[in-house]
Parts: sequence; C-alpha cells; structure tokens
Amino acid sequence: MTYSLLLYILLGLGLVGAMSGAVGTFAFLKKRTLVGDAVSHSILPGLVIGYLLMGTKDPYVLILSGTIFGLISIRSIDLIHQKSKLSIDTAIAIVTTVYFALGSVLLSVVAKSPNGSQAGLKDFLFGKAATLTENDIVAFAIVFVLVIITLIVLFKPFQSIAFSADFAGGQGWKVKRFEFILAVLTSIVITTGLQAVGVVLMSALLIGPGAIARYWTNSLKKMLLLSVVVGAFSGIAGGLLSLSKDNMPTGPWVIIVLFTATILTLLFAPKKGWLAIQSRNRLNKKQMAEENLLKTIEQLREKGNNKITFQSILDQRRLEAAVFDRAFSALSKKGMVKINDQIISLTELGVAEAQRIVRLHRLWEMYLTARLNFKNDHIHGTAETIEHLITADLEKVLMEELNFPSEDPHQKPIPYGNAKQ
Amino acid sequence: MEMLSSNDGLNIILALLISWSCSILGVFLMLRKMVMVGDAITHSVLPGVVIAYLMGSGGENYIVLLGAAFFGVLTTVIIDFLFRKLKLQEDASIGLTFTWLFAVGVVLIAFFSDGNADIDQECVLFGELGLSFMDKIIWNGYVLGTKSIWMIGPMFLLILILVIKGFKGFQIISFQTDYAASKGIKVNKWHYLLMILVSLVTVLSFESVGAILVVGFLILPPATAYLLSSRLIRIHFISIGLATAGVLIGYLLAQWFDVSISPMIVLTLGFVFFLTFVIKMQNTKHLK
Repeated sequence: MTYSLLLYILLGLGLVGAMSGAVGTFAFLKKRTLVGDAVSHSILPGLVIGYLLMGTKDPYVLILSGTIFGLISIRSIDLIHQKSKLSIDTAIAIVTTVYFALGSVLLSVVAKSPNGSQAGLKDFLFGKAATLTENDIVAFAIVFVLVIITLIVLFKPFQSIAFSADFAGGQGWKVKRFEFILAVLTSIVITTGLQAVGVVLMSALLIGPGAIARYWTNSLKKMLLLSVVVGAFSGIAGGLLSLSKDNMPTGPWVIIVLFTATILTLLFAPKKGWLAIQSRNRLNKKQMAEENLLKTIEQLREKGNNKITFQSILDQRRLEAAVFDRAFSALSKKGMVKINDQIISLTELGVAEAQRIVRLHRLWEMYLTARLNFKNDHIHGTAETIEHLITADLEKVLMEELNFPSEDPHQKPIPYGNAKQ
Repeated sequence: MEMLSSNDGLNIILALLISWSCSILGVFLMLRKMVMVGDAITHSVLPGVVIAYLMGSGGENYIVLLGAAFFGVLTTVIIDFLFRKLKLQEDASIGLTFTWLFAVGVVLIAFFSDGNADIDQECVLFGELGLSFMDKIIWNGYVLGTKSIWMIGPMFLLILILVIKGFKGFQIISFQTDYAASKGIKVNKWHYLLMILVSLVTVLSFESVGAILVVGFLILPPATAYLLSSRLIRIHFISIGLATAGVLIGYLLAQWFDVSISPMIVLTLGFVFFLTFVIKMQNTKHLK
C-alpha cells in the first residue's frame, strides 16, 4: 500500500469519526441514537434513486439524495409514533426495514439494467475505506466544515433543545426549525459516513463518542470537543488496526475500538464511572455506620447508662458484627471513643459529634411536624436518612427557622452543646 | 409471467414458515417494547453463525443454532449489564452492543474466510430466498421439501407449542411485567426464552431473508395487527393472516417485476401497514 493511500484512509476515517461525534452528541443527549440506525438503513433507496435519476455515482449527488431519504425516514418515525398507539421502537423498526427493503428491491432493478453496476452503491452498504480517493476526502472535509460551522453558529438553540425541547420553546426558540436543521445535519453525516463504515455500523459511530464524552464532562461545549476528538481517534485507530491483514474491512475495527473505549470509560471515568460510584457508595456507607454507632452510644448515655458495653450497644441497635468492628476502630482512631475494661465511653470530641447527629435527627423530626404537618409516627424513618446528609449551613437554617426548640416531637431533649453560638 | 414451478412452491413454503414464526415472536416483542432488543439480536448473532460455519460443514447444522442461541442471550445480557450496572442510557446500550457484536462477526469472516465464498457480508445483509429450493431433499424420486424447510418447520412447531403451552406466561409478561413478577411468575425465564427463540429464528432465516429484513418479518405484521385490535389472541391471528398474505402477494410481485423476493415481501407488508395506518389515523382524527 502506498503512503498516500494510507494517508487518505486515515484522514477519511478521522473526518467521518469527528463529524459523527459532533452530531451524535446531540442524538445521544436526546436519547434518539437508534433513530440514527434507522436513518442509515433508510438512506439506501435515496442512494439508488439518486443514481437512477442522475445516472452518476458522484458523491455529492448521492449525499444529497441520501440525505433527503434520511429526512423522510425521520419524519415517518415521528408520524407513526405520534399518530398511532405504536411505541417509538416499533416505529423505528418499521421505518428501518421498509425503507431498506425498498432500497434492496431498487438495487436488484439496477443490477438488471444494461449498464447498471451496483459497485458504487454497494460501497455505501459496507463502507469502502480502503478505496477512498482524493475526491472523497475533499467531500468529507467539506461536510465536516459545514457541520462544525453550523454547530458553532447555532450552538445556543441546539444547547437548549438538547437540554429539553420544552425548555427551548419556553426560551422563544423555534424548536421545530432547529430540530429540522439538526435532522438535516444528522442525515448528511450518516450518508457521508456510510462510505467509510457501512450501513450497520454507522449508528455506533454516532453513539460511542457522545456516550464517552458524557462521562467525562458536564459542559456541552467540552462534550462536543471531546466527542469530536474521540470520534477522530477511533476512526484513525480502527483504520490502523484494519491494516493488520489484507482485505480487512475497516468499519468493524473502528467500532471495536470505540466499544472498548466506551467500556473503559463506563468503568473508570472519574465521578460518573462505575468504579468511582462504587467507592463513593462505600465511603458513604462507612460514614453512616460510624455516625449510627456514635448516635447509639449517645442514646444509651441519655438513658443514664454508665456501663456501656458492646453488648448493650447491640441490644439498642442491631448492627452487623463486621460493620460494628470497622466503625468502632475507625472512631477510636479519630479519638471519638475510648474503651476501658470493656466499658465504652465517648471523648469530648465524640460527645460533640454524637450530639450533632442526634440534634440533626430531632431537628428534622421537629421540622417535619411543625412545618410540613407530618404525624408523629411518620417522621422517624426519614430523619434516620436525612441526619447523615444535613450540612452545617442547613443545620443553622433549621435551628433558626424552628427557633432553637428544646424538645423534639417525642418530648426528647435536643442537645445543642456549643451549636447555639 | 412464467407459471410458478414447484421450486417456487418450496420457496413459498419456506417464506411462510419464517413469516409465521416471526409473527408469533414479533407480537410479544412488540408488546414488551423490546423490538429494538430483537433488532439488536438479529445482528449480533452473526459471530455465532460465523464461528459455527468455521467449525462445521456449511450452514444448516446444529452448532449454528447453539451459537445463535448463545449470542442471542449474550446480547441481552450485555445490554442489561451496560444499562443497569454501568448506567449507560438504554438506546446507547442497545446500539453499541449489537454493532460491536456485528463488527466482531465481520472481522471473524475477514480473518478466516480467505476468499471462501460460503459466507460473506452481503449474504448476511440480504439473503436470497429465490435460491432456497437448491438444497432439495429427494427420497425415492419424491421431493420432500428442502433442508431449510426441515430446519425452520420444527422450529415453527416448537414455537407454536411453547406459546400455546405457556400462553398465560407470555401474555402476562407482555402487558404487565411488574404484576407478573409480583404474582411469582419467573419473568426472566420467559424473557430469555423469547430471546433465544428470536435468535434461533433469525439464524434460520439468515440465508433466505438476511439480518435486516427479518426485522420486517418480526414487526410489520404484528404492528399492523395491533393497529386493528388490542386483544392478544386476535392480534396473533390477524398478524399471521397478514404475514401469509404478504408472503404470497410479495412473492408474486417479485416474480412479476423480476426483483429480489424477500425485500419485495417486506415492502408488501410495509405497504399493508401503511394503508392500515392511514385509515386508522383518519379514524382517530374523525373521533377527535
């Protein structure tokens, strides 16, 4: 393979990946990525009709005729969904297969016409990255620039629509018009991208980059940028991998790269990844166990129990032995509890922290009854949860709102310690 | 138009058996709002098919079926894993899973086929019903159908028996999954049974209709029937009727215009859906 051919392939795949990433971000946020799959199948009759009418496989003609059918398919899906009791997934499947069937029938007509060769059209079905020409690259680049410019110019309305169509309408944007522009962009990108990865795999290129970007950032601008980079990267990396063997199709390798990257992201992304969520949950659980233990000791102290042992704690509150042990050793490391001759006591620090939790619990019970008219027997459960969540600021607001009550609804004292100052 | 030959008869029998099997399964897929998962399965059984082709001789062997069932279940497991455990939104979970498995299948073809024309991307996408009569089974000079018919026929009977036997189970998970679970019905069992059956039927129709058009067989008759009725048993009967009509008319039209058969059948089914949709759409407008 010559160097320039290799360059074309990688450049083409990079461009397709980048533009799919950009447009796909919006499809992902609107949870409409499977519409992309429908569009990529429905474009087929458009391509064949474009070829039959114009008698040429000129990429621009085919992109135009393909895009028109892409738009028709999106409109058909919406129409079926809105005007019948069929669900959106049924509508998508109907449109996908019927238009694809129409395209297949037309293809078999072309195959039988005297000067008909399906070769150029078949490229759209399976992708032809290995045979991309300079012409194709120029076409890709033009589409890419067009898409990026449109997204930059119309960023504000697109942002509102991606957030919520109703919200965008409320802001005064003409939602229908901008959704149409977005649909046009999506169709153009899909038609263009088909030449590189083929009809079945195109939708992955729309989904993957957006999904990955979503897990790394909350800002739409950063998401778009990241999505473009990820799309371009997977295009190029997939292209390189496909060179491992002659006659190796490119599209599948792009999708394999993309899928791997998505899985890695889902697992390891900071904050939103599976691992991050797991460790956050563990931390929360640990903190709750410690706070519950402190609170239980404080409740025993309130009852006048001077000889608090492990057993008396367990009698007061059922705790798993392992959880108990871990919480206790963590607390004694923090210098909040002491153990002397089997007798457990709180240090000054421990008392303050234990009283804080009891206070939050009882303040919240007070708030539920006094302000939200809850019955006395309905408040304990909620307070058990919320006591671990209320911040110092919220605590202050609560105390002032309730004017420092001395007892909770069950006539138990609310300990303030130094909190009143 | 040429007279229909006995070969056409064999093709039509095959198409009918496929369409009836798909119709029964499609009704449940549609009501469970799992059309997209079904769509995904039709694509993602490809690696199973390829591996079976590589291991065994030709298409119709039982390894293909096992491979298909395995990858069909694997698909739903991966989708569920991405969606429930890793919290990726559902549409993206489905879209990424089936494209990935399909991609793996295509790569496998490229790695191992080496010009072996037995299986290629194109046959996966399109299928060719018109050639199904080629694997005729002849005994003592009598044509006893084709290999394909003898594969899909028992499958259709199996589906029929399972659905009749387990009608209550399928019915209840189609309409009220949560209620079914609360009644102690093993929702997962029915769910995976449905997915396995979809995988098997898909694979059995691979060569004749292809991975994409089989979705049309699965969803068009049930969706049209659903527009006409809301009662499960009626939906099934209407759907089978429509499937039969679609196959017969589509086949004749394909012969008439000399075009590919299975796309023409799907197109016919689509046209019937379109007519029903337009009539029903006007009716609801009228009522409003």
